[in-house]
Amino acid sequence: MSTALSCRDVCIDIEAACILSNVDFVVEPGEFVAVLGANGSGKTTLMRAILGLLLPITSGQIDVFGTPIARFRAWGRLAYVPQRLHSAGAVPVSVHEVVGAGLISPRQRLPRRGDRQRVVDALAQVGLADRRRDRFDALSGGQQRRVMIAAALAKDADLYVLDEPTAGVDAESQQRISEIFGSMRERGRTVVLVTHELGPFAALASRIVVLGSPRGETSTVLYDGPPPAPDHLLERVWHHSEDVVMRATEPGVLEPGAG
Amino acid sequence: MGMLGYDFMQRALIAAALIGLIAPLIGVFLVQRRLALLGDGMGHVALTGVGLAFLTGLAPVPTALVVAALGALVLELVRAKSRTAGDLALALVFYGGIAGGVMLTSLASGKASTALNQYLFGSLSTVATEDIAWLVGAGALVVIILLIFGREMFAMTLDPDVAHVQGIRTTRLGILLTVLAAVTVVIGMRTVGLLLVSAIMIVPVAAAQQFTGSFRATALVAVGLGLVCSLAGLTTSFTLDVPPGPTIVLLALAVFLVAAVTAYPVRRRRQRHPHPAEEHHHG
Repeated sequence: MSTALSCRDVCIDIEAACILSNVDFVVEPGEFVAVLGANGSGKTTLMRAILGLLLPITSGQIDVFGTPIARFRAWGRLAYVPQRLHSAGAVPVSVHEVVGAGLISPRQRLPRRGDRQRVVDALAQVGLADRRRDRFDALSGGQQRRVMIAAALAKDADLYVLDEPTAGVDAESQQRISEIFGSMRERGRTVVLVTHELGPFAALASRIVVLGSPRGETSTVLYDGPPPAPDHLLERVWHHSEDVVMRATEPGVLEPGAG
Repeated sequence: MGMLGYDFMQRALIAAALIGLIAPLIGVFLVQRRLALLGDGMGHVALTGVGLAFLTGLAPVPTALVVAALGALVLELVRAKSRTAGDLALALVFYGGIAGGVMLTSLASGKASTALNQYLFGSLSTVATEDIAWLVGAGALVVIILLIFGREMFAMTLDPDVAHVQGIRTTRLGILLTVLAAVTVVIGMRTVGLLLVSAIMIVPVAAAQQFTGSFRATALVAVGLGLVCSLAGLTTSFTLDVPPGPTIVLLALAVFLVAAVTAYPVRRRRQRHPHPAEEHHHG
């Protein structure tokens, strides 16, 4: 079986500035991997490259389910949950429409029988089935995030890429979102979470990939392994990127299983 | 003799109904994409097409259609291929379009300058019999394309990155939407006029969204308002002997004002209680 995601020696320059270099990691099917890094560590750039939004990449190769992302066409297997919707609030959209948009593709230009039920089921999974007819912008930030997750769930993909799903979300919604991911993991879905803070996902992540810039160089993978104990240094890393830089260069500190 | 007894009014009413129906359908996507002024830019480009028609003796409607569609392509290419920001690219197209239109019209024969006014602000008497076939054909084309690609366009305007991950070709679809806006501008050129046609794309949408709770409802209500404003505006224009473009747009703005004032208490209530309690919605 092919890997769900593979980044091999990925380097990305944007407008002559080198953002990422030699990024190398693999995500196996069923894994829950958190890509962590401070602001400016290039994690958003890496996520956009993984989604095929930054083509062509400068060098290296990104494969999704064994296919180079530039040639990847099995879009039904890949779902993306953004931090916020690009046009939310310009024209009113209902919660149903936002979730239903997850089912639209060039292969499904017209609505199919059963779409409505898939939307209802996806909303039920995030606990918002009774808000289906509400305006999306009438929901709280946490609820909006859950609706966007429902849009990805409706797609029933194999690999989910999520951008900071708990940023700016209250503690209760964070807990609910982590429960949703827990059930996704139980169902064997692959999750790649891009975040600056592991927060409620600490218990869910099977692996973490930390991006950072050792000694002020271009950002790369500083650590790839299971999450260390929460009370060890990585607990501080999420908030103090300089700690990542300093400690990652100390032998043994950030090695898998350390702590 | 009643209004409908005049052939030119029958043609003007068909053209007005077409633009009232189609303009808000495109406008709702433009507003969602935060490109409310795109129609204005396309109107300016179509002006170059009209000027070219005056100069060469070609039929104005098809010439404006071709020039506006090409302008739409250039606009999208400038945005996609250069580092020019969206609004700056639009501004460049604005200036180029109006300068080209006025220049070409000046180079044409003397009467062209007077006729230009009719294209800028609309006219009851200028919808020619041969125009109707072009307008109906262009209108049908816009509706068919929206029926095929409308759902993908909705996904693209909601979030282009998410749409990309669904396999939707967002760049091509963006170009298609801009070309459709250009075609719509030309459909409205005869009745509403090139300087005001963008208003009938946008104002009904702005009025509708004061009350509606979904994209679909906004589009449907906007189409209804667009149709009513176009036909009522044209009738008023005939009765008062004033240009139809400003009449239709002022009527649409009045509808927006009434909608905004009426909906104000609803919006205030929403702002006071923006997030109904989450604890009732356990997963």
